[in-house]
Amino acid sequence: MDYQAIIESLFRGLIGERFIVFALAAIGLNLHFGYTGLLNFGQAVFMAAGAYGLAMMVATVGPRLNENTGLNMSETTLFWVGVFTAVVVFPILFALVMGIPTLRLRADYLAIVTIAVAEIFRIVARSPRFDWLTGSSDGLTGFSGTFYDLSPFSTTGRYFFNLFTGNQFFLVLVGWTILAIGTTICWLLVRSPWGRVLKAIREDEDAARSLGKNAYSYKMQALILGGMFGAVGGMVRAVGFSVAQPDNFITDVTFFVWVALILGGAGKVFGPLVGAALLYAVLDSSDTVLRQLVENDYIPSSFMSGTQVGQVRFMIVGLGLVLLAAFRPQGIFGNKEEMALDDR
Amino acid sequence: MTDEFAKHDALVPEAGPKSHAPHPAHALPMFDVDVAAARSALSEVPWEPGASKPDPILVADNVVRRFGGLTAVDVDHVEVQRGVITALIGPNGAGKTTLFNLLTNFDTPDTGSRLFNGQAIDKVPAHKIAGYGMVRTFQLTKALSKMTVIENMKLGATDQRGESLFASVLPVLWRKQENEIESRADELLVHFKMEHMRDQFAGTLSGGQRKLLEMARALMVEPEMVMLDEPMAGVNPALTQSLLGHVTGLRDRGMTVLFVEHDMDMVQEISDWVIVMAEGKIIAEGPPGSIGQNQAVVDAYLGSSHDSALDLGEGS
Repeated sequence: MDYQAIIESLFRGLIGERFIVFALAAIGLNLHFGYTGLLNFGQAVFMAAGAYGLAMMVATVGPRLNENTGLNMSETTLFWVGVFTAVVVFPILFALVMGIPTLRLRADYLAIVTIAVAEIFRIVARSPRFDWLTGSSDGLTGFSGTFYDLSPFSTTGRYFFNLFTGNQFFLVLVGWTILAIGTTICWLLVRSPWGRVLKAIREDEDAARSLGKNAYSYKMQALILGGMFGAVGGMVRAVGFSVAQPDNFITDVTFFVWVALILGGAGKVFGPLVGAALLYAVLDSSDTVLRQLVENDYIPSSFMSGTQVGQVRFMIVGLGLVLLAAFRPQGIFGNKEEMALDDR
Repeated sequence: MTDEFAKHDALVPEAGPKSHAPHPAHALPMFDVDVAAARSALSEVPWEPGASKPDPILVADNVVRRFGGLTAVDVDHVEVQRGVITALIGPNGAGKTTLFNLLTNFDTPDTGSRLFNGQAIDKVPAHKIAGYGMVRTFQLTKALSKMTVIENMKLGATDQRGESLFASVLPVLWRKQENEIESRADELLVHFKMEHMRDQFAGTLSGGQRKLLEMARALMVEPEMVMLDEPMAGVNPALTQSLLGHVTGLRDRGMTVLFVEHDMDMVQEISDWVIVMAEGKIIAEGPPGSIGQNQAVVDAYLGSSHDSALDLGEGS
């Protein structure tokens, strides 16, 4: 057994790129669901908006703009315009498209529309018709150069207990910084009167309205803001893997974000962080552990082969979720008494 | 269960409808309305449906609301006198709550116009009604369960700077106002004898305490008119007197109260004027004493003839 590999995979899960991506997306979902009660089953589309907002601006839209308008923006300029598109323009656009028709209606309508919009976006991005724009199923590459040019770390060295390469470590450091800022903003928001209105809307929209709060406007603000967090997550993912691919944003991604949020505890500032860290620590380390067990014949190949490991680790997470639902339904950070108030 | 009763008991000492007076509370809004004059002016008003009042705060004309084939509300004209307590009564399904929703813009009428304080409110969205000085409560109490009592209260304050998204991340912009709101909320909690529950989740309160909280929260809006939808429903009798005292207390501070109620004893005890609805229409108006003798009211509650009542009995 290679214990070092197991420990490395555990730590990568706890603090690595995917933890950052899903923690950011879960912070957004926490604003949606945990604080405002919005059932967003399309967080993946906000993540895709972040990835494609950047990738398209640098790789496809930007060069065409340069050609047709004579603006001659450099790749660095395009990168930062892309970041703005990814984090501000696209999330607002998507939130408006999903929110305007549904936020005046009951909560379930938003759920249906978000899941549909997420799939529509992915399928359109995949279609050969839009190859010139989205790169169809291969996706887009070659947009993260500007980011890694900023890296002060050597591309050949290993950093942080040999866990990361220079580029990876730069991404992770930037990601941690964004997470810290994001969590602080979230913490400030939910402790403010603005956050109080969100919670009131979650508890009872009509009561909030009778007290003079424009529930529709607040729900829209929450949807946009949470979407922006999702978009930052998606952008980090695209930059981290240097590719924006439609199938990186399938419905499963949304549900991983939900799992992270519920594990950590919805409606708690640190819930998404802890949930995402735990989810990926379990997923990544169980992968390594199971692989080692199979390779070293501790698990007979008649029972499970190395190729089945990928599926089995999801079974483990599923089992963990069942146990969580039974013994700690409020999540790790949640308050059981608060949870019990639902039943009254 | 015993625990819940203990909580009720803590609220009881204030028994007696007029006993609110010894508690001076600056947090309670006070309006410059001559309540005695407003009440006595009602003696001039004829006892008939749609009667015009000397100083109406709320006027509705030709308000009709249909749900498919059913006409739930069809009110030609109704006025609510400023500075008094008006009760809206009627048998089940008379359209009281629907009218309530229409008057507070929580529902849109098919036709009709409404004036509040002389301003047309037909096009005003429900959330802006509070800003006009009218606030409502709900038949099924809407305590915000997973928020504490004090958070519930603070939510009620209007024009909060910290409720804007951009200001919210800079506490320095709203901290001062927040402290003012909090002290006003605390004073109101003391007035309603709920200060010991300040930091509890509203979801842990009993039904009666939730009604009290909802009323106190509504007062944070500093309304001129308070609309209470069945304030006594599900309230333990021990708490009823205290709630009644609070309702008359609102009037004595110049607020106008319109409430829907089933409990006739309560209507007799505190209302200055009674409006009776049946089958969507207003069928009678008058001081509480006049209602019991009104033939239309008796018919609406008991059925217009014994024959039809007997028919029902045989049919079932």
